[in-house]
Amino acid sequence: MKIGVFVCHCGSNIAGTVDTAKVAEAARQMPEVAFATDTMYACSEPGQAGVVQAVKEHGLDGVVVASCTPRMHELTFRRTLERAGLNRYMFEMANIREHVSWIGKDMQANTRKATDLVGIAVEKLRRDKPLTAKKFDICKRVMVIGGGVAGIQAALDMAEGGLEVVLVERSATIGGKMAKLDKTFPTVDCSSCILGPKMVDVSQHPNITLYAYSEVESVSGFVGNFDVKVRRKARYVNWEACTGCGLCMEKCPSKKAKDDFNEQIGTTTAINIPSPQAIPKKAKIDPEFCRQFTKGKCGVCAKICPSGAIEYDQQDEVVGEKVGAIIAATGFDLFDYTRYGEYGGGRYPDVITSIQYERMLSASGPTGGHIKRPSDSKEPKSIVFVQCVGSRDKSIGRPYCSGFCCMYTAKQAILTKDHIPDSQSYVFYMDIRAPGKNYDEFTRRGMEEYGTQYIRGRVSMIYPQGDKYIVRGADTLLGTQVEVEADLVVLAVGAESSKGSPELAEKLRISYDAYGFFMESHPKLKPVETNTAGVYLAGSCQGPKDIPSSVGQGSAAAAKVLSLFSRSQLESDPQVSMVDIKRCIGCGKCIATCPFGAIEAIDFRGQPKAQVIETVCQGCGICTATCPQGAIQLQHFTDNQILAEVNALCQQALEVNFE
Amino acid sequence: MNLAPKYAYYPGCSGQSTSSEYEVSTRAVCRALGLELAEIPDWSCCGSTPAHTVDHVLSAALAARNLVLAKEAGFDTVVTPCPSCLTNLKTAVHRMEDPDFMDKVNKLLDRPFHGGVQVKSVLQVIFEDIGPARLKAMVKKPLSGLRLAPYYGCIMNRPPDVMQFDDPENPISIDKLMEALGAEVAPFPLKVECCGASFGVARKDVVTQLSGKLLQMAETVEAQAFVTACPLCQMNLDLRQGQVNMAAKTKHNLPVFYYTQLIGVALGLAETDLGLDKLIVSPRGILARIGQKQPAAANQ
Repeated sequence: MKIGVFVCHCGSNIAGTVDTAKVAEAARQMPEVAFATDTMYACSEPGQAGVVQAVKEHGLDGVVVASCTPRMHELTFRRTLERAGLNRYMFEMANIREHVSWIGKDMQANTRKATDLVGIAVEKLRRDKPLTAKKFDICKRVMVIGGGVAGIQAALDMAEGGLEVVLVERSATIGGKMAKLDKTFPTVDCSSCILGPKMVDVSQHPNITLYAYSEVESVSGFVGNFDVKVRRKARYVNWEACTGCGLCMEKCPSKKAKDDFNEQIGTTTAINIPSPQAIPKKAKIDPEFCRQFTKGKCGVCAKICPSGAIEYDQQDEVVGEKVGAIIAATGFDLFDYTRYGEYGGGRYPDVITSIQYERMLSASGPTGGHIKRPSDSKEPKSIVFVQCVGSRDKSIGRPYCSGFCCMYTAKQAILTKDHIPDSQSYVFYMDIRAPGKNYDEFTRRGMEEYGTQYIRGRVSMIYPQGDKYIVRGADTLLGTQVEVEADLVVLAVGAESSKGSPELAEKLRISYDAYGFFMESHPKLKPVETNTAGVYLAGSCQGPKDIPSSVGQGSAAAAKVLSLFSRSQLESDPQVSMVDIKRCIGCGKCIATCPFGAIEAIDFRGQPKAQVIETVCQGCGICTATCPQGAIQLQHFTDNQILAEVNALCQQALEVNFE
Repeated sequence: MNLAPKYAYYPGCSGQSTSSEYEVSTRAVCRALGLELAEIPDWSCCGSTPAHTVDHVLSAALAARNLVLAKEAGFDTVVTPCPSCLTNLKTAVHRMEDPDFMDKVNKLLDRPFHGGVQVKSVLQVIFEDIGPARLKAMVKKPLSGLRLAPYYGCIMNRPPDVMQFDDPENPISIDKLMEALGAEVAPFPLKVECCGASFGVARKDVVTQLSGKLLQMAETVEAQAFVTACPLCQMNLDLRQGQVNMAAKTKHNLPVFYYTQLIGVALGLAETDLGLDKLIVSPRGILARIGQKQPAAANQ
């Protein structure tokens, strides 16, 4: 075999702390290396051309590139090899950037380690065999998990593109957080007026199947062929029959049920439709508050329902869906404001959250669009907004900026002045973060035209005095303590990851960060992809986002799926396990250990044997380590190859020791 | 066999002087509740306020000496009524979790500290080991008709990492105990506000302002008396109430009880055991009315 080695400078990224010329020189002494050089940027066009040229000039059979992580450029160089006429799997990468130059400053040690890594790659490449990818059909249906604005946008874009879309939403209506908003910033247009038609489109689109009040139970399979089980929670109402007329709500005698849509400001009936704009506009029963369930008798809704839709004995139902791709758009949750004991949220009735305030501003909300103090229904004249409640605070484990609170606070202060012209709003803030289009102008308008008084400093304490609240904080611009008397205090709560995010991430086999937000494949260049092929992200499940970004990401994820599905077949990775049928004793240990169910038992001339389903195998290698016979081997990572790598390294170590 | 829980008792200096009524009532109440307190032999000052402002090692050593004595006397729990002593003892234990710090402290001590002692306030022991329910069952003279402002002061529960008792912003232990005694507890929003602490010596204006705020709030929530757990808080509110009135031109006249005194009253202990005569603002009128009529606020 003739091997070519290319040691990349990566500008000063590698060459700054690794003597790349020396590494190339050392490589020339390695077995079967016919050509070795150092190169400025191996991944650049001239860099790749250099590889192609060397392959042709020296008749190379395989190539080692010592540069960055394979995550970044393995595919790039495999394509280069193909252009040079080689099999794309006759390529090895040595990571001398992340594993060497970025983590150490000692030029000599770095050069030695880089040389070791190149040596390992050469030894592995010597045992590589050309592999050929298999093609498989893809199921051109897609699932969107989460029916907020990002999920809705993705679903509509893909449905318009001709794909069949299954939209799964946890709550009883789609629309997410945006549907609960009164107005949006910085345009102050009515949130439900711009989202409502999109929600209706979802319900009417022939290509979209909507599972509301449902959750993803399990996910199996792989890109192009996922099997998803969806639990449709018992609603105790037949949604095929329910017309959403609302008669049941009028007559239901139990009126103490939690009103989640109105953020617990006020209550609702035990059988309820979340909001007048709900999609689907269907009723469901909250069994915790329903007298039929708690006391065993009532049945008023069943008697009154003109379409006979009430089914008290309805059970959860699990349906299976086959899809080729999945978009996670599960959004965010709001910070639990009661964790700030000093603000008294939860204890003092007139200390409320921004989203509760939003429901109060909304004409379809519990107060009909009038701002009223929850304690005595009086119209507040002095309203204090406290920013960064659950944002940028390490002490409560939320060191990140939630991003949109500055803006929605500015909006709420402006709306407050519209609702109550003789009111005065105060905003306690740390900094104003308004980087979006027209955002800064908007907050300035709040200050200059609407007279919102901004006080730079954190609030230390809120306590009631008479029927007012004293908000005590610092004014860090004046360098003094301030106390503001408020009739109503609105806590601008930050965002945290949606409840159950880690569990869903594990089902989808995608990564999540320390706060439970899903991780994108690359923060700059792959913002809606995950590291699991066929699974994409949209909206705030990946980190707090405002509406424009969420919509943008929804469309981006949709575009990714459309481009994935533009091919009729996908290539499977040939780096999968293979069974040596002669060695296999049919013990079945590999079948039991495979986390992906990729190995099946077959009968081979009367003997039980194992067989790998190549399209399902993820190339993890657990079976290889399990097999007592060494009969199952991961292509491209065989026992021989790994031993050769270890030997290459140990040989170096031995030599060092004997010096 | 004696099954009563035994605690090493650290009275603290103020218990011997300015707040002797807290000291006697604590002993009397614990006796009545079956909590056996064994005073730490040869205990010394915990360093109080000055030591930790000068030197953390010295401060921890002063506290640790007492902990070593308690350990040697065979105790694993030290209790103290005074929140300031509590802070010093607890902070010392907390800091000495760092072995380097413990080494430095032990260099100052004749007999080294090696852990194995926990520190609690008497309040915590009564709240957790006796509990409101058992206390309620022992009440002989319910405090009905008494509306109280519970005041914990700033250090009884804070910082939460060190104190590890009750809520740092909205503590409820005194509230629950007083309710168990039959008293009415006013929603007092300034439970953990500073009274001005030892500024009474250096800057009387600070104390009259801060304590004045507390007194004002107690009247706003229509409390008839304060109930506290801290000698310094008690002193600022009670002894300096006249100064506050003078400075702010107010006419506050609120008795300031220690919670132990009120538990003692409800358990029917002798007044001489509770030091009620030591209070500056006389509690006579209020105590006489206990059990006679509904609280004023409840009628509104």
